[in-house]
Amino acid sequence: MLGRRWWTPWLWLAPALALLGVFLVYPVVDTLRRSFLDERSKNFVGLDNYRFIIDNPQPLVSDTHSALLNNVMWLTLFTAITVSLGLIIAVLAGRVRYEAVAKSAIFIPMAISFVAASVIWRFMYEFNSDIGTANAAVTSLGGDATAWLQNTNAPQTWLTDAGPDTLPRPIQINNLALVMVGVWMWTGFAMIVLSAGLKGISTEVLEAARVDGANEWQIFWRVIIPIMSPTIVVVATTLVIQGLKKFDLVWVMTGGRFKTDVVATLFYKEAFRIGDFGVGAALAVVLLLWVLPIMVISIRRFQFQEETR
Amino acid sequence: MARVNFDHVTKRFDNVVAVNDFSLEIPDREFLALVGPSGCGKSTTLRLLAGLEEISEGDIYIGDRLVNNVAAKDRDIAMVFQSYALYPHMSVYDNMAFGLSLRKLPKEDIGHRVHEAAQILGIEDLLKRKPRQLSGGQRQRVALGRAIVRDPAAFLLDEPLSNLDAKLRVQTRAELSKLHQRLGATFIYVTHDQVEAMTMATRIAVMNEGLLQQVGAPQELYDWPDNVFVAGFIGSPSMNFFEAKVAGSQEGMHLDTGIFRVPVPASRVNDLLSYLGKEIIFGIRPENICDPECQPASADAAPVTAQVDVTELMGSEVFLHLVAGGKLFMARVDPRTRARPGQEIRVEFDMGHMHAFDPQTEEAIRSKEKGQPSRGQAG
Repeated sequence: MLGRRWWTPWLWLAPALALLGVFLVYPVVDTLRRSFLDERSKNFVGLDNYRFIIDNPQPLVSDTHSALLNNVMWLTLFTAITVSLGLIIAVLAGRVRYEAVAKSAIFIPMAISFVAASVIWRFMYEFNSDIGTANAAVTSLGGDATAWLQNTNAPQTWLTDAGPDTLPRPIQINNLALVMVGVWMWTGFAMIVLSAGLKGISTEVLEAARVDGANEWQIFWRVIIPIMSPTIVVVATTLVIQGLKKFDLVWVMTGGRFKTDVVATLFYKEAFRIGDFGVGAALAVVLLLWVLPIMVISIRRFQFQEETR
Repeated sequence: MARVNFDHVTKRFDNVVAVNDFSLEIPDREFLALVGPSGCGKSTTLRLLAGLEEISEGDIYIGDRLVNNVAAKDRDIAMVFQSYALYPHMSVYDNMAFGLSLRKLPKEDIGHRVHEAAQILGIEDLLKRKPRQLSGGQRQRVALGRAIVRDPAAFLLDEPLSNLDAKLRVQTRAELSKLHQRLGATFIYVTHDQVEAMTMATRIAVMNEGLLQQVGAPQELYDWPDNVFVAGFIGSPSMNFFEAKVAGSQEGMHLDTGIFRVPVPASRVNDLLSYLGKEIIFGIRPENICDPECQPASADAAPVTAQVDVTELMGSEVFLHLVAGGKLFMARVDPRTRARPGQEIRVEFDMGHMHAFDPQTEEAIRSKEKGQPSRGQAG
């Protein structure tokens, strides 16, 4: 009997395992190996590449600290803003007649290629206010035009003309401008998933809360948000992972200049522009280790949901 | 606790009139059942009272307060929904405490009230559970508990038993009656099930197509239906109707359906005098049709011959589906009957319990002082 032999399941799994091995396991193992070798992957250098990331000896060429901090900013600010906006729009759109139109308009950016969107937004952020919509809006309101993608100052220095630059480093005008593009692209996704979760709440539960004496604000915070928390977690995890592996947007819009590098753009630069495979691989490993716990959490959560179904 | 007053309330959804000029005063501590078929506007009426729908016309008072523009949260009423509508993310305790914590009651006070309600309902050991870990019957109790702890001016119940199985429904029915007596609160209970209404309510309000048809004590509605709709809706199986002509004279009046002729009892002759020679709708309940072989004939018994179509054995009684002259009707007879499908049998109509309705208005034909003998006197 074929079905009883120990290797039968492996036979069926073999094609999938082979593909995974070639395209996932091998690159990971090889990247790990290279992260302990020198720039041409010839001599063993121990933890030198990781020391490079920590010590940041060449801040002008490849600022590893700034890239790490920028990624922290991406995963917090980008996630927080996108989830909140998605939730607000999902709630508000559910209350208007032209719900489908409103939602489609907000979802459309998801359908555009990220590179194309980045190009569009480079025009939007153009300094010349005859071309750049952002500056056109600012100047028409009586403000001063700014170089959105080059300005590394904290936002308040621009608002107050020349105030003290006190906010911590990654919070700079050009980084925020980049994050807003990410938010523009991903709010649609957050909105669609959250609004499905919102529709899943029975109207009778909301009416029960109303009869129980809750006002709209209390219903939102004490009934809707807790019931939707599993959906919010799913959306947030997806966005955190997006924030961590952000590459395309930064690469197209600034190329990582003006302290906008993130880990993904920096390891590409190190490996393929500067030609130091060691540091590039080490940065990739850092990113992998960073994403790993979030993946584990979301997989665990998925398994838990499967079990309780 | 408070009385509730509907004063010419109308509710329109776009072009559909869901509730039409509804006026009803519900005294304090009453158990009022609002019954009617699906879509008759009974649930909408309840939702208008709860403040979940806006009134198009008219006024609603709770106590002496006009509540037309009072938000649901400020109306001091509690509602039990058909789906129970428990908060899925909260424990049973928190579900019951939610309304109280919104009112910023002290913690000990809330705990005290929740435990007291849980004790009344026998759900003390469930307080830490989540709604999804409860059975339908338990959820239903929690929904009731959530209403009880609030100590509201009125309890609104929207088909609270319809998701329970038959046995539990009968049991809960009795418990709801007990609860009403114990709390001494105003209950307004919406149901499509006339049995629930008959068994629990102090008064029943029957609605159809947005219009209030009749309000009265359960027995009154059963004995004195105001119109054909109420007559057909209250009672199970429902009343049989025949088109009949009032024939004969004041001394020997009878009804001629074209299939059979039955005499009008002396007590009803005066009511029908003005209809002499005209058509009426003649109604008789299945329980007022008997098999003379098993039951002694009553004073006003009138024999009718019919074909047995189907028999439905209920244990304590048998429902006979009968056909006479192509007209179907039902009788509810003693289980010892020997009637079998296909047989021709002779049944007796207890004419002391006859009902008569005007064919145009479908209103009951009777003198003002309700001179008809009640069920208790005959039979």
